Amino acid sequence: MDASERLRRTMMFVPGNSPAMLKDAGIYGADSIMFDLEDAVSLTEKDAARTLVYESLQTIDYGEAEKVVRINSIDTPYYLDDVRVMVKAGIEVIRLAKTDTAEMIQQLAKDTTAAEKEFNQPVGSTKLMAAIESAKAVVNANKIAAASPRMMGIALSAEDYTTDLKTHRYPDGQELSYGRNVILHAARAAGICAFDTVFTNLDDEAGLIRETKLIHQLGFDGKSVINPRQIPIINQIYEPTQFEIEQAQEVITAINVAHEKGSGVIALNGQMVDRPVVMRAQRVMKLAIASNLVDEEGNYLEK
Amino acid sequence: MEIKKTVIAGTLESSDIQITLSPATGDNLEIELESDVLNQFGNQIKKVITETLQKFQITKVHVKAIDQGALDCVIRARTITAVQRALGQTEPAWEEL
Repeated sequence: MDASERLRRTMMFVPGNSPAMLKDAGIYGADSIMFDLEDAVSLTEKDAARTLVYESLQTIDYGEAEKVVRINSIDTPYYLDDVRVMVKAGIEVIRLAKTDTAEMIQQLAKDTTAAEKEFNQPVGSTKLMAAIESAKAVVNANKIAAASPRMMGIALSAEDYTTDLKTHRYPDGQELSYGRNVILHAARAAGICAFDTVFTNLDDEAGLIRETKLIHQLGFDGKSVINPRQIPIINQIYEPTQFEIEQAQEVITAINVAHEKGSGVIALNGQMVDRPVVMRAQRVMKLAIASNLVDEEGNYLEK
Repeated sequence: MEIKKTVIAGTLESSDIQITLSPATGDNLEIELESDVLNQFGNQIKKVITETLQKFQITKVHVKAIDQGALDCVIRARTITAVQRALGQTEPAWEEL
């Protein structure tokens, strides 16, 4: 599957040194699971967490979820062993914390290639993503997003970013509006995914809904989550409406009819359907299937 | 090989197992296990610990294990970490992973 096409509405953080959370991480329906070797693990437990995540990946079935690991940043003594052990484990995506420049991604890509060769993994199979956590990183976002063909996405990490801006997070998110738009455009221009930051106040459900609606409207693929309770709330906002599904079905039917006729031009209700409309329809149907809103043939199911 | 210092890996949290390695009093592997599921899984837990120690060629050590319902992969991971700490190994244990 093309990296940019996969549904990634939620990416759930799982502390790398917690056996209980590693064991259950697959049952909440997160599109991606991010095993954290960085901030969630104390300096004295870095060795334990790396081995624990490795062994868990060998044994525990995480189903359809995409497996991502957040490794320690390049300037730490843990970085290179994190890369090697996780590549050996067959992780799908490596997320680099505090990515400020494209050179950091290029370094990671080089080290990932070396690890893939060392452990007989197909070269190029491990994808990369960058966490954007500073003003410098936002300024460099276009270059970071396009730094390597391995790049799968970029993510805003707002706690460090707002500190760097000399502000903090406000309920309306005005302080993040420039960064969010830059990250989204950098991602789209490079053909990769854009992820929004975590919403940290677990007791403020209205706030989570408000923020998710905003990033959904902007065009983000999804949001990082720190608690499984946030997953259904975010998924619901990404659910297409009945009207959108029916419209998408009409477009897809029109495509099929055009294919059967051998016609290159797709028409619906006397109007030409162009490529963006087709792509949007396909994404709506993918979301509808993931949200259990349609049957096997794509018909809308009444709730 | 024998273990000559005392080290701990793992926690007392649910689903974890805390492994303490210390110098053996006799000439063998000694495993002292506490677990709520000792009757059902005691032998299996000891087997995973023993097999992991054998991969490092550890023949002489006292193991104290306090199990909180850990899966085999957790038992293996915590034992590997404990052995590496005892031997002062900082490079990942490639052969045992």
